[in-house]
Amino acid sequence: MAMAIRVFLLLLLFFSSSYPTFSLYEDQIGLMDWHQQYIGKVKHAVFHTQKAGRKRVVVFTEENVVASLDLRSGEIFWRHVLGTKDAINEIDIALGKYVITMSSEGSMLRAWNLPDGQMVWESFLSGLKPSKSLLSVPFIRNVINYRSSVQTSLKVDKDNLVLVYSNGCLHAVSIIDGEILWKKDLTTEGIEVQQLVQPLGSDIIYAVGFGNLPQFDACQINAKNGELLKHDSATFPGGFSGELLSVSSDTFVASDATRSILVLISIRDGSISFRQTYISDFVQDFSGTAVLLPSKITGIFAIKIDTFTVLIRVTVEGKLEVVDKIDQGVAISDVLSFSEGQQAFALVQQGRNKIQMTVKHSHDWNSGLLEESIEMDQQRGLVHKVFINHYLRTDKSYGFRALIVMEDHSLLLVQQGEIVWSREDGLASVVDVTTAELPVEKDGVSVAKVEQNLFEWLKGHLLKLKGTLMLAGPNEVAEIQRIRLKSTEKSKMTRDNNGFRKLLIVLTRAGKLFALHTGDGRVVWSLLLHSLRKSEGCESPIGLNIYQWQVPHHHAMDENPSVLVVGRCGYNLDAPGVLSIVDTYTGMELNPLGATHSIVQVIPLPFTDSTEQRLHLLIDSDQHAHLYPRTREAISIFQREFANIYWYSVEVDNGVLRGHVLKDNCILEVADEYCFNTRDLWSIVFPSESEKIIATVTRKSSEVVHTQAKVIAEQDVMYKYVSQNVIFVATIAPKAIGEIGSVTPEESWLVVYLIDTVTGRILHRMIHHGSQGPVHAVFSENWVVYQYFNLRAHRYEMSVIEIYDQSRADNKDVWRLVLGKHNLTSPLSSFSRPEVITKSQSYFFTHTAKAIAVTSTSKGITSKQLLIGTVGDQVLALDKRFLDPRRTVNPTQAEKEEGLLPLTDSLPIMPQSYVTHALKVEGLRGIVTMPAKLESTTLAFIYGVDLFFTRLAPSKTYDSLTEDFSYALLLITIVALVLAIIVTWVLSERKDLQEKWR
Amino acid sequence: MEKGKGIGRRWAVDFTDNSNAPSSRDVPDPLGFSRASLDQDDSTLSRQKKDAEANWKAQKAWEVAQAPFKNLLMMGFMMWMAGSTVHLFSIGITFSALLQPISALQGVGKVFDPYKDSKVDLLAPKLLFIALNLGGLALGVWKLNTLGLLPTHASDWVSSLPPAQEVEYSGGGMPLY
Repeated sequence: MAMAIRVFLLLLLFFSSSYPTFSLYEDQIGLMDWHQQYIGKVKHAVFHTQKAGRKRVVVFTEENVVASLDLRSGEIFWRHVLGTKDAINEIDIALGKYVITMSSEGSMLRAWNLPDGQMVWESFLSGLKPSKSLLSVPFIRNVINYRSSVQTSLKVDKDNLVLVYSNGCLHAVSIIDGEILWKKDLTTEGIEVQQLVQPLGSDIIYAVGFGNLPQFDACQINAKNGELLKHDSATFPGGFSGELLSVSSDTFVASDATRSILVLISIRDGSISFRQTYISDFVQDFSGTAVLLPSKITGIFAIKIDTFTVLIRVTVEGKLEVVDKIDQGVAISDVLSFSEGQQAFALVQQGRNKIQMTVKHSHDWNSGLLEESIEMDQQRGLVHKVFINHYLRTDKSYGFRALIVMEDHSLLLVQQGEIVWSREDGLASVVDVTTAELPVEKDGVSVAKVEQNLFEWLKGHLLKLKGTLMLAGPNEVAEIQRIRLKSTEKSKMTRDNNGFRKLLIVLTRAGKLFALHTGDGRVVWSLLLHSLRKSEGCESPIGLNIYQWQVPHHHAMDENPSVLVVGRCGYNLDAPGVLSIVDTYTGMELNPLGATHSIVQVIPLPFTDSTEQRLHLLIDSDQHAHLYPRTREAISIFQREFANIYWYSVEVDNGVLRGHVLKDNCILEVADEYCFNTRDLWSIVFPSESEKIIATVTRKSSEVVHTQAKVIAEQDVMYKYVSQNVIFVATIAPKAIGEIGSVTPEESWLVVYLIDTVTGRILHRMIHHGSQGPVHAVFSENWVVYQYFNLRAHRYEMSVIEIYDQSRADNKDVWRLVLGKHNLTSPLSSFSRPEVITKSQSYFFTHTAKAIAVTSTSKGITSKQLLIGTVGDQVLALDKRFLDPRRTVNPTQAEKEEGLLPLTDSLPIMPQSYVTHALKVEGLRGIVTMPAKLESTTLAFIYGVDLFFTRLAPSKTYDSLTEDFSYALLLITIVALVLAIIVTWVLSERKDLQEKWR
Repeated sequence: MEKGKGIGRRWAVDFTDNSNAPSSRDVPDPLGFSRASLDQDDSTLSRQKKDAEANWKAQKAWEVAQAPFKNLLMMGFMMWMAGSTVHLFSIGITFSALLQPISALQGVGKVFDPYKDSKVDLLAPKLLFIALNLGGLALGVWKLNTLGLLPTHASDWVSSLPPAQEVEYSGGGMPLY
């Protein structure tokens, strides 16, 4: 017997100490998750059209991605994300098999193998002072490359060279191994190089640029050894604006300091000659300034005057003449050499609903090579960039295709007047995410559909049953997998009972709003927000955030849900704000709210009006609060709660936290009853010499907390301090603001605060000595988890703080609770100064976190998991119970039964608990979780350059059957049981009868 | 048969004869037969028999009344075996430990019915029986409590209470960038 007890106890111990794993099987990948790869807005593209092999284009983007795309389909062959600290400046293809990238302002030069994207070499180019960086790759064929004005194959010891000008030095780097062959410091010559030029068939490189701005310099350098052959300079009395374009191998165009004179510079025969032309001479009614548009076309350049783009040709005699004047949006490609001595460039003009693409010879303006007009979705906005490429048609004539970058950052390939493929690369730069419900399913499904569904359903389940009983052949297994992945159920456009199907409303940096379906990640609708486009009076609009404006349920079911998009004209806080409301069913912009004031903060209030529109308080830079929506009903609701609404501001630069309260209506020139004055209530000033705010975090206002009590061992109760009005603030020593390791542990510390935002009361303060940022934190229920770097231990640490309400702790008499005589449900006020206690604990954590989020469920019953975006761009799910400040090294029996884990020094990382399994979300920036209707399940959306969506069940799906549950088996079992009952009943009746006759 | 009863019995032969009232007989006793002595003998015999029966009944009743005690010990052992965690086995045992005394208490009258006799005092055994069953019930309830299934702690009453509402509302944060 004792043996049995022992075995039982052992089993008990085993179950209580084993960690649940959340891994999936191989065939479950893609069932409830999707992954989309993007590259971002293309900055430059280089075509690679080798005669053999697959056609591809190499691009680099604003998201610092260098990628090779399939020209036929737009798919990514390979892709590297270099990260924000290593910005790519230029790329090129060398020798037809290497992609050369120059990044970090010319300090880094890398070569990638073109077919598979493997890195071949990497060189660090040092220099003395920062300067413009230029990359010049020789072209192997004896034609002129469009990238650098003149290049031929340079042979130095049979090595091909890349010329890089960066940090004031000219470097010649071998393409084969990245070795720096020679280096010439040009800072001693006092020249800011603007262009590198190499005339055809010579070993001389011209480095041209400006010395001091009125002076133009040209250096001749021997390409073989970097020897400076000659340094010419000439001074132009009018001065230069700093822009320089090359129009041929020895002619350059610059503008003077006033930007009203164009200067043609010729360096022919070793001497520099200037020839100036007033813009007003050839452009009528010119006033103001002209900007030289960066282009690389032989003989032609473009200047921008106000809204006009003027194309100017340089004649052989050195005269300038206007060839075209375009007043719409226009994009000009670089020059393309397509056959012996022939050069072409493309011009794309914007029209309504369509774009006009013209390809012309650069030396002969009048004859167009190609003229096409392409239908274009208005939601893509203006054409921003165009890159052209040629191909040989079957009749040996040349055709042209163009890669077009649009205003919404999408990338299109245009060929023969049609869009061959398009990529929604705006989704690589997500700014904010929110969710919206899908429409409710309408009644009245047609009979035929039901029958079809029933048949399909039965067939599917029979197949599944076969699979379960291991009777299915390989074809059938594939079929089962296909049915599972392509289930129409998950991509329907209606709401489901479990709340898995939703719309993800995503705002991108381009000011475009996308609605993605959570089932398969497809774009349901997209909208280029009118208010976030460049317009008069709003030069550089930026999208800031999305808020839930109207979430209809209960009585306002027939209204469409909508979201509020908040933006601002410009980067200053006092720039006017822009608001727009978008219907999430239709993707239409409803009447835009023209905000005349600036927007510093948006506070969604916990009140809604009769149509379920949420009240929002917008704070402007003068600390006025503006109420939205601007209706009488809203103001009457607001007046009722007026005295209980507070707001606070965090001034990072001054190190001040301020609390404010609403006072009365604003006194402005125009009476505005929706505007309120505020006054300061409290302020917390952090000493600027010892503390600097680096992170603040609050609870998500939408979070649902199920209970206020936490039951601990021995049936004891602790009352959580669950308050919406608590902010977590982390400050570090100002010295330690830099990189990890830039300070010693003695002069670095991290101070964390928990502050009540209504009264300004500091609930908790703690110092971590010898610790440094960055701090990533997450606040949920009554706890905060934050990560920082421990300089003494040389490791990342994670800490948890839990707050408990001590003023309720004596509610322990069962009879009083039974009779309802307790104060646990009475409303809580911050001014009653509830006594709180905090518990905290720290653990080592191996990963560097990029973002931390917590799962959220609809009722808040399910246990929580932390989702940690790791430095490897993956997301790790970590149970909250690992971060429990009550963990001890030797938990008592009761604590073990409670599920408390023994304390360990570091948090475990289980390979199975990666939410992103084998995938990477490149450039991970944020994790958003939202509850499904099913309590056990939470939806997680992870964004960066890539997008990833999945469904998580932190405590497993305890409230639903698993995906692969065999209903058919259940049905068969029931039928069999019923049959067995009938048969045995008949048999027993017969036996009874026989008994009686005996 | 029913019909015959209604009309009235025509004739009947009684094969048994154990009546001792001579008046009921039409036939005189045979000579030399003294009915009186026989009657006397018979009555003492039956009285003795009855006493024995009553004794036996009382004894049996006490036995029945004590039966739950064995049960109690058995239950206690089973409960000890089941442990103090909630699972199928322990719940089954606990519920049987609760249901058995209850059903036994419901059927107190029935259990002691066979031993009903004017001469037997059943009150004491009944009380013992009830007491023992109540003891069993108490054991079951105690077990239920050790399993943590009784709401005897504060935690059982507050764990479903939602967090208290807050009077004030405060929002804000860092300026939007």
